[in-house]
Amino acid sequence: MSAYRRAMPSTWWLRNRAYFLFMVRELTSVPIAVYLILLLLMVRKLAAGQEAYEAYLRFLATPGMVAFHLLALAAALFHAVTWINITPKVLVVRVGENRVPPALVAGANYAAWIVVSILIAWIVVRS
Amino acid sequence: MAGSREPLWWLLFAAGGTVAAFLVPIHIALSGIAAPAGLLQETFAYDRMRALVSHPVSRFYLFVLIALPLFHWAHRFRFTLVDLGVHSARRLIAVLCYGTAVAGALATVAVLLTL
Amino acid sequence: MPQPTITLNIFRYRPEQDQEPGFQTYEVPYRTDWVVLDAINYIKDTLDGSLSYRWSCRMGICGSCGMMINGVPKLSCATFLKEYYPAPVRVEPLANFPVERDLVIVLDDFMQKLTSIKPWIIPKEAKPLSAGEYRQTPAELARYKQFSMCINCMLCYAACPVYGLEPRFLGPAAIALAQRYNLDSRDQGRSERQEVLATEEGIWDCTLVGECTTVCPAHVDPAGAIQQAKLATALDWVKGVLIPWGKR
Repeated sequence: MSAYRRAMPSTWWLRNRAYFLFMVRELTSVPIAVYLILLLLMVRKLAAGQEAYEAYLRFLATPGMVAFHLLALAAALFHAVTWINITPKVLVVRVGENRVPPALVAGANYAAWIVVSILIAWIVVRS
Repeated sequence: MAGSREPLWWLLFAAGGTVAAFLVPIHIALSGIAAPAGLLQETFAYDRMRALVSHPVSRFYLFVLIALPLFHWAHRFRFTLVDLGVHSARRLIAVLCYGTAVAGALATVAVLLTL
Repeated sequence: MPQPTITLNIFRYRPEQDQEPGFQTYEVPYRTDWVVLDAINYIKDTLDGSLSYRWSCRMGICGSCGMMINGVPKLSCATFLKEYYPAPVRVEPLANFPVERDLVIVLDDFMQKLTSIKPWIIPKEAKPLSAGEYRQTPAELARYKQFSMCINCMLCYAACPVYGLEPRFLGPAAIALAQRYNLDSRDQGRSERQEVLATEEGIWDCTLVGECTTVCPAHVDPAGAIQQAKLATALDWVKGVLIPWGKR
């Protein structure tokens, strides 16, 4: 008598919502990386001179690039939210017998995220 | 190669994921959406932007901002391929993913040094 | 008024007669206070004595009656029919495990993994009985207590796609149990457990899907245990690089 084995299809992540959102979460890393390469190219164009830089800004204004950046922003926001929600699982803060509530750890991270974002925007725009 | 170095890759992944979460969204909004839309023309004027980016602190910041999330991508992409059933080539996938991230980090250094 | 009924579609596999498994449909009385296990016991007692499944305490303690209910790993003793009525309920053996017969899975692999992480207190030096008990403060107990609540029901393995894809993966419950002993103030056996834990098939294969924690009926949070083990192992590595001559 032999045991019956059920093989896992490579479409397992379509089985339920949680698996699907996991796959989305993992793949947000792709548009984020592509954006950073585009940012690196912007720095390269800055080094190459004014003409190259301004041509690059015009390239970024094309509909395809605008659509990509909107997608990348959505991906980065989804990544940020899932990342911060997972943080209390990794970092366990204890005070005596009690564990600091995970929601409080995540809340502190959300607050820090907003402060850091405002600070960056302020430095870039006002400096 | 991946076996004994898993802690290194995981730490780079964790650092990169944190950078991607805390720093990247606002940068996409600024340089990817607001600048092309012409909302921040003064901010993104050539002379001003070049001066801002050339500062040593800015260059170090840009290295962290760009290089670390590449390792975050490499780690997640590696395991996504494994999770999608590419089991036979696990080693090769790890080498290609982390190798790409290392190449990206070196390219970032090269570009930042030309400023 | 006629007694209302509910339909159960149950996975059947009898290796002595079936080449392939199939589903068998049963019509059982619907009662609002019945759980899925009550319905299956009704089938066994009155409709079809050949149906095989595991159960014992029927109160969420023993961890024997885990099944896939409409595709979700659940304790059948804690899942009420009224959550599904009037729709039919699909019952299958826990996913990711080989099926021995009907709803009974082969759990040898799980048992072997549990013992592989040495789930007992390993003191640096065993004290003689006359030296008294190993004492522990409530704060020291609190550090690992959550990870000690596991009832070995294996729902987390059925929920874990990484285990489904890579059966060598140590898996959620075993790693949470290792963490339970590693965090125990009376235990100094962590370096022995690291030989199993700090490997690709140990903690590093986990991609933090997080469903192990979602389905856990004992609120153990194995996903958290695995991430904490990764962080601790990564910090060991940093220490080893910075202080190569230091002992762990």
